[in-house]
Amino acid sequence: MSTEHHPHPHLPFWRRYIFSTDHKMIGIQYALTGMVFLLVGFGLIMAMRLQLAYPKSTFPFLEALFGSVNVPQGIMAPEFYNQLGAMHGTIMIFLGVVPLMVGGFGNFVLPLQIGAPDMAFPRINMASYWVYFVGGVIMLVSFFVPGGAANSGWTSYAPLSVIATAGQTLWLFGMVALITSSLLGALNFITTVIQLRARGLTFFRLPFFVWAQFVTAFLLLLAFPPLEAAGVLQLMDRLAHTSFFMPSGLVVSGEMQEQFTGGGNPLLWQHLFWFLAHPEVYVLILPAMGIVAEVIAANTRKPLWGYNWLVGSVIFVGFMSFIVWAHHMYLTGMGTTLSTFFQATTMIISVPSVVILTALVLSLWGASIRYNVPMLFALAFLPMFAIGGLTGLPLGLTASDIHLHDTYYVIGHFHYVVAPGTLFALFAGVYYWFPKATGRTMNPLLGKLHFWPSFVLMNGIFMPMLFQGLGGANRRYFDPTMYEHTLAVQGWSVVISWSAWLLAVAQIPFIINLLVSLWAGRKVSDNPWQATTLEWAAPSPPPHGNFAAVPTVYCGPYEYSVPGRVSDFCMQHVAQEA
Amino acid sequence: MDEVAGGFGVWLPIDISTHGAGVDRLIIVLHAFMAILFVGWAIFLVYCLVRFRSRGGCPARYELPKAKPSKYAEIAVVIIEAFLLIGLSMPVWANVKNEIPQDKEATLVQVVAEQFAWNFHYPGADGLFGKTHSKLMGAENPAGLDREKDPQARDDIVTINQLHVPVNKPVRLQLRSKDVIHSFSIPVLRVKQDVIPGMDIPTWFQARQTGKFDIACAQLCGLGHYRMKGQITIESPEQFQAWLAQEAAWMEGKDEEEVEE
Repeated sequence: MSTEHHPHPHLPFWRRYIFSTDHKMIGIQYALTGMVFLLVGFGLIMAMRLQLAYPKSTFPFLEALFGSVNVPQGIMAPEFYNQLGAMHGTIMIFLGVVPLMVGGFGNFVLPLQIGAPDMAFPRINMASYWVYFVGGVIMLVSFFVPGGAANSGWTSYAPLSVIATAGQTLWLFGMVALITSSLLGALNFITTVIQLRARGLTFFRLPFFVWAQFVTAFLLLLAFPPLEAAGVLQLMDRLAHTSFFMPSGLVVSGEMQEQFTGGGNPLLWQHLFWFLAHPEVYVLILPAMGIVAEVIAANTRKPLWGYNWLVGSVIFVGFMSFIVWAHHMYLTGMGTTLSTFFQATTMIISVPSVVILTALVLSLWGASIRYNVPMLFALAFLPMFAIGGLTGLPLGLTASDIHLHDTYYVIGHFHYVVAPGTLFALFAGVYYWFPKATGRTMNPLLGKLHFWPSFVLMNGIFMPMLFQGLGGANRRYFDPTMYEHTLAVQGWSVVISWSAWLLAVAQIPFIINLLVSLWAGRKVSDNPWQATTLEWAAPSPPPHGNFAAVPTVYCGPYEYSVPGRVSDFCMQHVAQEA
Repeated sequence: MDEVAGGFGVWLPIDISTHGAGVDRLIIVLHAFMAILFVGWAIFLVYCLVRFRSRGGCPARYELPKAKPSKYAEIAVVIIEAFLLIGLSMPVWANVKNEIPQDKEATLVQVVAEQFAWNFHYPGADGLFGKTHSKLMGAENPAGLDREKDPQARDDIVTINQLHVPVNKPVRLQLRSKDVIHSFSIPVLRVKQDVIPGMDIPTWFQARQTGKFDIACAQLCGLGHYRMKGQITIESPEQFQAWLAQEAAWMEGKDEEEVEE
């Protein structure tokens, strides 16, 4: 590590901006790539929403955009709709949110917050980004192979996925790359937090964001290998006709599937998949909570309420997230014994989530709240996550799940968690740490023009879905007008679709703000929010190696408004007179 | 036949099953609980946002509130969740899972799902199902019956996408799939059960009302998932018997035609 302490001003362009080993540059690479993928994933769903709002209409411009194979005569093909659905989920989760949250914010902020010069393994860090990049390219390329991209849902349930077109093979290869990238990243984060904390920065002086990333890294490390293994098994089923997930006696479209010996079990895939994918939900939400906690602490000008409770809860959530996975599988024929266990664990995991939310809200009591743009997004996260969490209850109990399973209620529920929840936290983080990355701030007026329409429109999209789901409307339907119970709620699909398209318009101020502020943003000091944690002790932007002198930490992370002090914040690296 | 009109919208659809009231009760109680929690919490949030906004001469307080009420609220949440689980969810699930009607009392139907249709297989006059064979499955013989060699299969009735059941009698379905995972769902009967190839999963219901309703597939099963639509006809036992007889006669007529050829 000793050689990494000094800035490297003479690195050539490609070592500085492309194959960089600097955690900040890698973080920015992750963040920008992740944002591009979020836009791609959003684009896919906007095309789907067109089909869902106006299912019997023709759209020649879609044909021009996606080709006459996918949209013959301006009418979307149902198999293309399924591709869009599967790839929307895959791209948003594995190529958008996780890389942004962990690869982007984790990489950029975490080493700074612990006073480290870089990540523990800078070259592994670089490898992790480029493996992710390759995974992303494979996913995008899969749209152009015969039969198009994967079309069996982001869940890729066997046997449907095993007999699917070639895109599924590329999906599996892409997933193997993405998982490998996440594993490299997780190892790096864990080692960095354990080994590279500044002197005096004990575990219970860590900012909550670091705790959230730390627990997230363990989730990735422990949950992803089973999916990687499962992905390889599914590849074997597809390419070598093994039968891990293929039972005997399958007949597809009147054809005996004799290339498979049979004897496999489709449920095995579901268990392996959800053993990853439920912890994955917490991978999506814990770093978001971390960002929100940082922004709230700085803008309430007081310590977070119940720091120990927050840390305990985030560890407990991480642990519990490994034993709730089968609540996705209540309707697979599960009896009363197993379902009782998973219902109970699901109810239990709601308790630490409630504690975290409560602690964040109680942190507002007695505060002096500054309503800047990051704070608006962080505050909006709270009720949105609350709705997302509460609507998980009816899905977590078997009896209500009978009616709500695989309906739009499910879509509304998890999108409240990850769209106005996690994405709002992401935006809060971008506005909050932009000055650290660039030395300039983003425009607050454009920020508010971004926030308020997004807040309204997000609810315009996902609130009606909850009611459509209560009405029984099934998800993943290409044409939602075929059934009495889906036709009855079809009017809301139009509202949802228009909200989604307008939400895209509402992102324009953000994109302009992000790009223009790089050059024209107001220049600010190293600590524009007057925050306490170590990243604000580094210059903006921090040079390679981060700190001019290795900081020593003297106090906890959120010493705001300490009685008897002149300034209303005590930075962690500044020794105070007792 | 008295058709049930309406009853679909942005709230729970009509329920005509015997067990569905328990499902609906849980959903309604849960949403009332969620609404109370959310509204109470949101009022507190908005109050904080207004009262503790940044103002001159009003610095933030370093001390943290004791927050006893929140502790009580959390304990209350735990108790209510335990009640919902033990009091309202588990009994319904136990009823659905463990009180599957026995062969003698129930109307038995084997359901064979495929991309993208529901095949309903009735045992016929002898009350016995013929064996089904994957090798014999085809467009003409969706259930894969061996009508020539298997005496039990000879009188079996197989329909495509048309399920007829008697009202006020328990109906037991054995769900199987030929190809991929499907999910057998009848919203008005609060029935939803995954159909998984390689498994033979029972489900049951008892309808309280006659009428014709949609059967939908609730698990993504391929490009035709959205149109994997069936129809359930709930009718009086007499009408049901008459329908069975009519189907049997039709089957026989078809067989004779084949013989003549």
